[in-house]
Amino acid sequence: MTVNGATPVGATTPEEAAFAQEVQRGEPILEVRDLRKHFPLTKGILFKKQVGAVKAVDGVSFDLMQGETLGIVGESGCGKSTLAKVLMNLEPATTGSVKYKGEEISRLSGAGLKAVRRNIQMVFQDPYTSLNPRMTVGDIIGEPFEIHPEVAPKGDRRKAVQDLLDVVGLNPEYINRYPHQFSGGQRQRIGIARGLALKPEIIICDEPVSALDVSVQAQVINLLESLQGEFNLSYMFIAHDLSIVRHISDRVGVMYLGRIVEIGTDLEIYDHATHPYTQALLSAVPVPDPTARESRDRIVLTGDVPSPANPPSGCRFRTRCWKAQEKCEREDPALTVRAWLEGRARHDSACHFAGERENV
Amino acid sequence: MSTVADQGRPAREEPYTGPLLDVRNLHVEFRTRDGVVRAVNGVNYSVSAGETLAVLGESGSGKSVTAQAVMGILDMPPAAIPEGELLFRGRDMLKMSKEERRKIRGQKIAMIFQDALSSLNPVLPVGFQLGEMYRAHRGSNRKDAKAKAVELMDRVRIPAAKERVGDYPHQFSGGMRQRIMIAMALALEPDLIIADEPTTALDVTVQAQVMDLLAELQAEYHMGLILITHDLGVVADVADKIAVMYAGRIVETAPVHELYARPAHPYTRGLLDSIPRLDQKGQELYAIKGLPPNLLRIPAGCAFNPRCPRAQEICRQKVPPLAEVTEDDGTPLAGRGSACFFWKETLHDG
Amino acid sequence: MPDRNEPIPDDHDPLRNINPTDSDHLDYVGQQGLAVEQETLIEPDPAKREQARSLWGDAWRDLRRRPIFLVSTVLIVLLILIAIFPGLFTGTDPRASDLINNYLRRPDWTDFFGGGWFGYDGQGRSIYARVIYGARASITVGICVTLAVTLLGGMAGMAAGFFGGWSDAVISRITDIFFGIPLLLGALVLLNAFSVRTVWSVVIALAFLGWTQLARVMRGSVITVKQSDYVVAGRALGAGTSRLMFRHILPNAIAPVIVVATIALGGYITAEATLSFLGIGLQDPTISWGVDISSAQKVIRQAPFVLFFPAAALSITVLAFIMMGDAVRDALDPKLR
Repeated sequence: MTVNGATPVGATTPEEAAFAQEVQRGEPILEVRDLRKHFPLTKGILFKKQVGAVKAVDGVSFDLMQGETLGIVGESGCGKSTLAKVLMNLEPATTGSVKYKGEEISRLSGAGLKAVRRNIQMVFQDPYTSLNPRMTVGDIIGEPFEIHPEVAPKGDRRKAVQDLLDVVGLNPEYINRYPHQFSGGQRQRIGIARGLALKPEIIICDEPVSALDVSVQAQVINLLESLQGEFNLSYMFIAHDLSIVRHISDRVGVMYLGRIVEIGTDLEIYDHATHPYTQALLSAVPVPDPTARESRDRIVLTGDVPSPANPPSGCRFRTRCWKAQEKCEREDPALTVRAWLEGRARHDSACHFAGERENV
Repeated sequence: MSTVADQGRPAREEPYTGPLLDVRNLHVEFRTRDGVVRAVNGVNYSVSAGETLAVLGESGSGKSVTAQAVMGILDMPPAAIPEGELLFRGRDMLKMSKEERRKIRGQKIAMIFQDALSSLNPVLPVGFQLGEMYRAHRGSNRKDAKAKAVELMDRVRIPAAKERVGDYPHQFSGGMRQRIMIAMALALEPDLIIADEPTTALDVTVQAQVMDLLAELQAEYHMGLILITHDLGVVADVADKIAVMYAGRIVETAPVHELYARPAHPYTRGLLDSIPRLDQKGQELYAIKGLPPNLLRIPAGCAFNPRCPRAQEICRQKVPPLAEVTEDDGTPLAGRGSACFFWKETLHDG
Repeated sequence: MPDRNEPIPDDHDPLRNINPTDSDHLDYVGQQGLAVEQETLIEPDPAKREQARSLWGDAWRDLRRRPIFLVSTVLIVLLILIAIFPGLFTGTDPRASDLINNYLRRPDWTDFFGGGWFGYDGQGRSIYARVIYGARASITVGICVTLAVTLLGGMAGMAAGFFGGWSDAVISRITDIFFGIPLLLGALVLLNAFSVRTVWSVVIALAFLGWTQLARVMRGSVITVKQSDYVVAGRALGAGTSRLMFRHILPNAIAPVIVVATIALGGYITAEATLSFLGIGLQDPTISWGVDISSAQKVIRQAPFVLFFPAAALSITVLAFIMMGDAVRDALDPKLR
């Protein structure tokens, strides 16, 4: 497989040299600290005046370990897609730091940025809009090589593209076809092949299966899992489908209104959640088992998610939380392990009153 | 046969005992430039008052087209219904005059769509849109209609209904808009509600609220509910019986508990198996191979045969009928049917 | 109202769910029933393999089947031939004036061979020959103005839409200012500044005033396309500005511009004729339909045909381009129908 090269050829910038280092499995490959992305709200057409900001991502910190899959779940508007865009450097971060292999990447431009792009790639949600309809599959998957000519010499590109098609389970002869000649699942495979072309170390998957039919979702999930092993990838897997996230993730972070409210291993989050929001979210997921209908103990949250332009003071979840007290209004709870928690409940949770749910 | 006159309220007292809606051998096709698309190929299902039927299927399975045909909102052409009957309280809606049909639509059968935002008129206050139901169908005056609108908003539990009755659709959140859609569907107290993916566009926590509300109101008004969805979780939560569709046909029908416990069609089985389960962590998920069929060229025989692990020669030659499913000793299983030549084997392995 | 023509959400449209899936491999799977694990499919028969079809290819296939397109294409090709080689269509000199043959003399059958079968104008010139030679001015103005405005407007619109921010604000305001100037009135004023007015001065005047329409269309189209995931994907790969612009955005944004430009072409031809009619566009001895219509109006009572033929030629030309634009629009975006 030509795709699986180890060190990049011809590192010319200091970043490229730094990015070429090997990171041990289980060591952090991406370190995110207090990352914020605020979209200014402005008034006026020609002379804009800032009147506020939508705090889409508002103080997010986590590590992505080499070789792991970190799932990020949350409801629409929680900032998970913005987080992906900021990590991809598609949107500039307002403040905070993102370090890839110890190297600050959130403020890079030019050659340095281009070098990062080679190492962090993305799979998009909608396979119908993420492929250029005027380009053939060969052009789409080959484009990364045109942008980064050092990855594959000109003569080998066609072969490299065909190899990639083969890797993602498509017929290499489809190289001259256009995206509209494929079904959703096949297009998503093309998107994955494009993401793999530069042999990145990290792939950020933003809802990679939510636009697909149920019977095709499993195929794509299996493909992503097998590629992870084959190419030694680290995934950040953003989704709202909790059961799929559980299946694929080693660790899971739960986002609410621009913050991570709880993060831990899949067992810790799914079976020993300590944050009320996580508990409500988990209890609301429809279970494909009619016998559970009667025995379900669902927490029905009242009210709507507050506007990220004007989040509540203190804990952001307090307006919908049944545990909320005066302290929650005053003090912003830190994402940390509370002293009183034991066993699997001992993981980071941003709640003053973190605790497992009593079984009723 | 009832007449037009007793289409009003009193008809409920009439001793009509059959199902509320009975779809018989429905065919729908679309005539496109590329050929005839057979979207629905002989669908049968029925719903009684107070019952919830879930129609489960992927995109292109014909589940929504069937509902649109029942509702009478298909664009014809390009759509055409070459064959079939749509019996509402025993009368075939396809044979009714346009006027009769229109009276049933909205008053007797109401529909809830996936996308509430595009289903509501953005330039009119929601209260006005709710009240219009009464003004148009019941001849209420403005004031009464507004009072009714507030009452409806209360009933679907929109907080501060009185203050919000003058708000516009974009001022409500997604969940609230879907509640307004439900209120609108309920306005004329229909006998049957068709909900087409009512919660797909909503967040999980809101989904639960809306589904609960819908189920509760259904019980309260003793309505029939057809829930069209692709989500096996939602189905398990609320349905009484299920019809699974594939390539324009019903491939399996069953009461909800039995379908999940012992599916009798390989497609249903495949769908259930591809849900990630706890004990499968780190393993490959079961995946139905291949792709959903192109409706322009539905495979010969059983449409599922190219993807089916059980396919035999006969599956490629004959279209399996929806056969009655029984226990080994021949005891019939009420309400169960499977369009698979090998339902027995499938039932056993399940 | 839940019961009226609801916009059915896209994924409920059965037609949409069918088209994306191409089919011959499915067909193949369907008929052969071979294992399709991982969807790796081998073509059954290379001869049967469907051609890779681009969207342009699809549009072209679609166009070829439209009678309106065929009719307008034949007309336009004919008109262009006439414009380039007027000598092929008439042997008569359009400037040859023979006062015996003036508009009061009825044409007889001998004129059919003499090139005077449309009759003669006030100065005894063959109307037929003048209609033939007049095509060149109209077609030249139409095509050149369209090319110029597409280029100018396209670049301005692309810059405004792609860069956004200040460049967008500035370009959009300039566009608005130009948009406020009526095309004809503006051209009248501008053309007055030229001491000698040729076809080219008309082209310059119309292009100078007309580019804003295209700029607006282009800007809107670019903004829509710019937000697509595939452009974001291109950025994520590290693609530079020119690659994003010309490889990803332009090919996807150009369709509405082409449509508007084709339809506008007819408008520029009319504008040229109108200007010439008003005596401010082309002038004798340049031969143009507008000029001829203008001089014909003096004799309209005695000899309406003097006016009829150049006017009809103008109408047919404009109609041909508008029909072509309509057909192209339908083919490029079936949703607009």
